[in-house]
Amino acid sequence: MSNPHTSSSGESHGSVSSYIIGFVLAVVLTVLSFGVVMSHSLSPAGTLAAVSALALVQVLVHLHYFLHMGGDSEQRWNNMCFVFTVAFVAILIVGSVFIMNNTALHMMSR
Amino acid sequence: MAQNTTVQTAGHDEHHHESPVVFGFWVYLMTDCIIFGTLFAVFAVLRNQFNGGPTGHELFEFGGLGLETALLLVSSITYGFGMIAAHKSQVSKVILWLGVTFLLGLGFVGLELREFAHMIAEGAGPDRSAFLSAFFTLVSTHGLHVTCGLIWIVTLIAQLMGTTEIPERMMNKLTCLSLFWHFLDIVWICVFTYVYLASMI
Amino acid sequence: MLGRLSLSAIPLDVPILVGTFIGVVIVGVAVLGLITYYGKWGYLWKEWFTSVDHKRLAVMYIILALVALFRGFADAIMMRTQLALAYAGNPGYLPPHHYDQIFSAHGTIMIFFLAMAFMTGLFNFIVPLQIGARDVAFPFLNNLSFWMTAVAFILVNVSLFIGEFSQCGWLAYPPLSENQFSPGVGVDYYIWAVQISGVGTLLTGVNFFVTIVKMRAPGMTWMKMPVFTWTAFCASILIMVAFPVLTVAVALLGLDRYFGMHFFTNDGGGNQMLYLNLIWAWGHPEVYILVIPAFGVFSEVVPAFSGKPLFGYSTMVYATCSIMVLSFLVWVHHFFTMGAGPDVNAFFGIATMIISIPTGVKLFNWLFTMYKGRIQFHACMYWAVGFMITFTIGGMTGVMLAIPGADFVLHNSLFLIAHFHNTIIGGVYFGYICGMNFWFPKVMGFKLDETWGKRAFWFWFVGFYCAFVPLYIVGFEGMTRRLNHYDNPAWHPWLLVAEVGAVLVMLGIACQLTQLYVSIRDRNLPQNRDVTGDPWNGRTLEWSTSSPPPVYNFAIVPHVHELDAFMHDKENGIDTRQAGAQYEAIHMPKNTSLGLACGIFALIFGFAAVWYIWWLAAIGLVGVIGSVIARSADKDIDYYIPAEEVARIENEHTRKLMAQAAE
Repeated sequence: MSNPHTSSSGESHGSVSSYIIGFVLAVVLTVLSFGVVMSHSLSPAGTLAAVSALALVQVLVHLHYFLHMGGDSEQRWNNMCFVFTVAFVAILIVGSVFIMNNTALHMMSR
Repeated sequence: MAQNTTVQTAGHDEHHHESPVVFGFWVYLMTDCIIFGTLFAVFAVLRNQFNGGPTGHELFEFGGLGLETALLLVSSITYGFGMIAAHKSQVSKVILWLGVTFLLGLGFVGLELREFAHMIAEGAGPDRSAFLSAFFTLVSTHGLHVTCGLIWIVTLIAQLMGTTEIPERMMNKLTCLSLFWHFLDIVWICVFTYVYLASMI
Repeated sequence: MLGRLSLSAIPLDVPILVGTFIGVVIVGVAVLGLITYYGKWGYLWKEWFTSVDHKRLAVMYIILALVALFRGFADAIMMRTQLALAYAGNPGYLPPHHYDQIFSAHGTIMIFFLAMAFMTGLFNFIVPLQIGARDVAFPFLNNLSFWMTAVAFILVNVSLFIGEFSQCGWLAYPPLSENQFSPGVGVDYYIWAVQISGVGTLLTGVNFFVTIVKMRAPGMTWMKMPVFTWTAFCASILIMVAFPVLTVAVALLGLDRYFGMHFFTNDGGGNQMLYLNLIWAWGHPEVYILVIPAFGVFSEVVPAFSGKPLFGYSTMVYATCSIMVLSFLVWVHHFFTMGAGPDVNAFFGIATMIISIPTGVKLFNWLFTMYKGRIQFHACMYWAVGFMITFTIGGMTGVMLAIPGADFVLHNSLFLIAHFHNTIIGGVYFGYICGMNFWFPKVMGFKLDETWGKRAFWFWFVGFYCAFVPLYIVGFEGMTRRLNHYDNPAWHPWLLVAEVGAVLVMLGIACQLTQLYVSIRDRNLPQNRDVTGDPWNGRTLEWSTSSPPPVYNFAIVPHVHELDAFMHDKENGIDTRQAGAQYEAIHMPKNTSLGLACGIFALIFGFAAVWYIWWLAAIGLVGVIGSVIARSADKDIDYYIPAEEVARIENEHTRKLMAQAAE
C-alpha cells in the first residue's frame, strides 16, 4: 500500500504462496457460507449469524492476503483510515436501521 | 487514476517522503467504501418492501451466484500474480496476468448482466418494488465499479505494451488498481452474504 | 434530437429573468471584450485556467465564491422584498412558482458554491504554506476539483435562463421532488449540479487529507501543527465521510426520477423518510465542514491581533476533533418531528447538546487569548468579535432546537431559519471574510483597506441582527418557512424590519466591493504594500514567505522546532528562509488543460442529462473518461525550476527585506 520501491520500509507485496494460501482460505470460507445456506441445517437466525461470521473472517483474509494490510508503522495511517471508515459505516447502517425501524413502528407505516 | 504528479516536500537530508499516490488512492477507496456502506444501509431498510412483487427467495439462484463469486475470486489471485510479476519487472507476464484478470472480470460483468436481463424479463425489474430498486442499485454499483476496473486494466495494458521496464509511476498505477480490484472483492463478500444468501435462508 | 429541450423552455414571459439575462449578457460581453481588447486570453489560460498551483486555484475559488455570493444574495433580498410586500390583499411581485425556485436556489448556491468554494479557497491558499509544503499532494486533482465546482455553478445559473430550477427547497425532499409532483427539469438541474460539485469537493477532501498527513515540513509533529491546518484536517475528514452519503442520497433520487425506481416514492414500497435520514447524515457533518475552518481562522486571527499565543492550543485541537466525531451522531435533530419515538429523539437530542461543550471550550479559548492581550482593533478583529457574539446566540438557539419537545413547536418555522443563519452568517461567513482580510496581503502583496473593511463589518453586523431577530420573533409566533404570502397583521411590521436588515446587508456587500476597489487602486501606497511578507507579526510559516509567495513557496523547506514555528524562529533569531543557503533545483508539477477539459465535458453531460439529450450525454461521459485516461497517459507532467532561478528570486526578496529594514 505504500510505494513499492521503498522496500526498506518493510512493505510486503505478497508472494505466490501467500496469494495461494489466501485464495484457498477464501474459497473454503465461500463454500462454507454457501453450504450453510443451501443445507438448511441451522435455524434462520443461526444461519444468518453463521454467514455473517464467515463473511467477517473472509473479509479479514482478503485484507491480510490480498490487500497486505498489516501492523507495521508505515501502514499506520492506512489502517487508521480503514478503522475509522468501518466505524462510520457501522454508525450509518446501525443508526439508519434503528431510526427507520423506530419511525415505522411509531407511524405504523409497516 | 490520474493523480500522479507529486511534489517532494522533504529536504534531501530528511526522511525521504514516499509518493502519496497509493496512500491517496487508499483514502479515496475509503470514501468509496462509504458509498457502498450507504447503499447497504438503504438495502437494509428497504429489504422487505416487496410491494406484492417477487422476493429475493424467489428470484435468486445459487448457481449463477456461485459462478460469479468464483470468477471474482480467481481474478483476485490472477491480479495478485500480475503484481508479483510487476515487482520483478516482467512486463510481458504482467500483461498476460492483467489480460486473464480482464477476461475473468468481463465474465463476471456478463453473468451479472445476464442475471439482470433475466429478472427484468420476468417482470422483476428495478421499478417493480423498493426492494428491487435497492437490490439493482447496490449490485449494479458494484458491477459498475468492476466495469471501471476493466477500462482501467485495458488502459494499463495499452500503456505497458512495448515497454520493457516498469517505472515508479506505472508501479503506483498497478498498485492502485490492485487495491481497487481486491477492494471490490471485499464488497462482493458483503453483497453475496447480506443481499443474496441472507434472502435465501 | 434535443430531448425535452425546446424554445418554450426559455422563460421569455418572466420580466425579471429577461432583465437579468440582458444584464448578464451586457456584463459578460463587456468582460470578454475587455479580456480580448487587452489580449489577456493567453495569460488567463496559461497562468490561471490550466494552473495546478494551489495559490492560483485558491484565488479562482474565492472569485467563484464571491460571484456565488452576489447570486445568492440577490435571491435573498428578493425573498425578503416579497415578504415585505405580500401581506393581506397584496400578492407580492413573485408568483409561488418563481418564489419557490428562488429559495431553493438561494440555499443551494449559498452552501455549495459560496461557503464550500470559499472554504476550499482558504484551504488551498493557507494549508500548504502553513505546513511548509510546496504544493498539495495532488495538484492536478486540485485543478480538476476547481473546475468541477465551477461548472456545477454554471449549471445552476444556466437553469435561470433555460428551463427552471428546483422548487423543492435546498435539499429537494421527496416525494415533492419526485417525478409525480415535480415533472419539470428543476430537480434534475439540482441533482446534476450537486453531483458534479460533489465530485470536486470529495477530491478536495482526499487531497487535503493526504497533504496534511504526508507533506508536513520536517519537525512539524501533530501537536506543532497550526490550528487552521488542524481544522482543515478535520473538515477534510468530514468531507470524505459525509459527501459519499450525499452522493448516494441524491443519486437514488435521480434513479427514482430517471428510471422509475421506488426508493422515496409514495408507491411501490418507497420510503421518503429514508431520504431525510440519508441527506441529514450528510447535512449535519456538512455544517461542521463549513464552520470548523471558520473556527480555525479565528484561532489564527485572535492571537495575531492580541499579541499573544493562542490560549489552550491543545484543548482547541481536542475540541475540534471531538466536534468532528460528535457531528456524526446528531443527524436526527433535523427531523425530530418525522415520527421516531422518544428514545431515538432523546438520544440524538442529548448528543446535540453535548456538542455545545467543545464549542464553548473554543469560545473561552478565544476570550482568554484576548484577555490581557495587546489587542489591535483591526478589521479582522471586528469580524472575530462580531462572530463571538453572534455565534454564541446562534449556538444557544441551537440548543433550544435540540430539545425535541421545543423542536416540535419550532420545527420548520422562521425561528429555525433565524437560527441557522445566525450560525452560518455569524460563524461561517464572518469567519471566511475575517480570513480574507487577514490573508489578503499574503495572496496579493498588499493589504485590504481597513476603513471600508470596518464599514462593511458594521453594515453586515447591524444588518444581520435587523434581518434575523424579527424572524426569531415571527417564528415564535408561528410563521413557517417558505411562505409566499401571509395574512397575519402582527407579522407584517417585523418583516418590514427584516427587509431593512437585508438592505443593510446589501450595503455591507457594497462596502466589501468598494474595499476591494480602493485596495487595488491604492495598492502601491507604501502603507499598503506588504514588502516583508509578514504584515501582522504572524506566528505561522505562511508569513515567512514573500507576499505573494514564489511559485515553489519555500526555496528551502523550513525545519519546525515549536508550535507557532515562525514566531519561534523570530524570537530566537533563526532565519526561517535560510536566505543565501545553497539552493537546489525544485521539482514542480506542470500546468495542464485536462482538468478544464474534464470539467467542460462534465458540464455537457450534466446539461444533456437534465434535458434527456442522450447522445450529447454520451459524448460528455466519454469525454470525462477520455480526459482522465489522457491524463494517465500524459508523460509531460513535471519540470524543474533551475537552482539559479530559485537563487535569483530568493535574493531579490532578501534585497527587498534588507531595504525595508534599513528604512
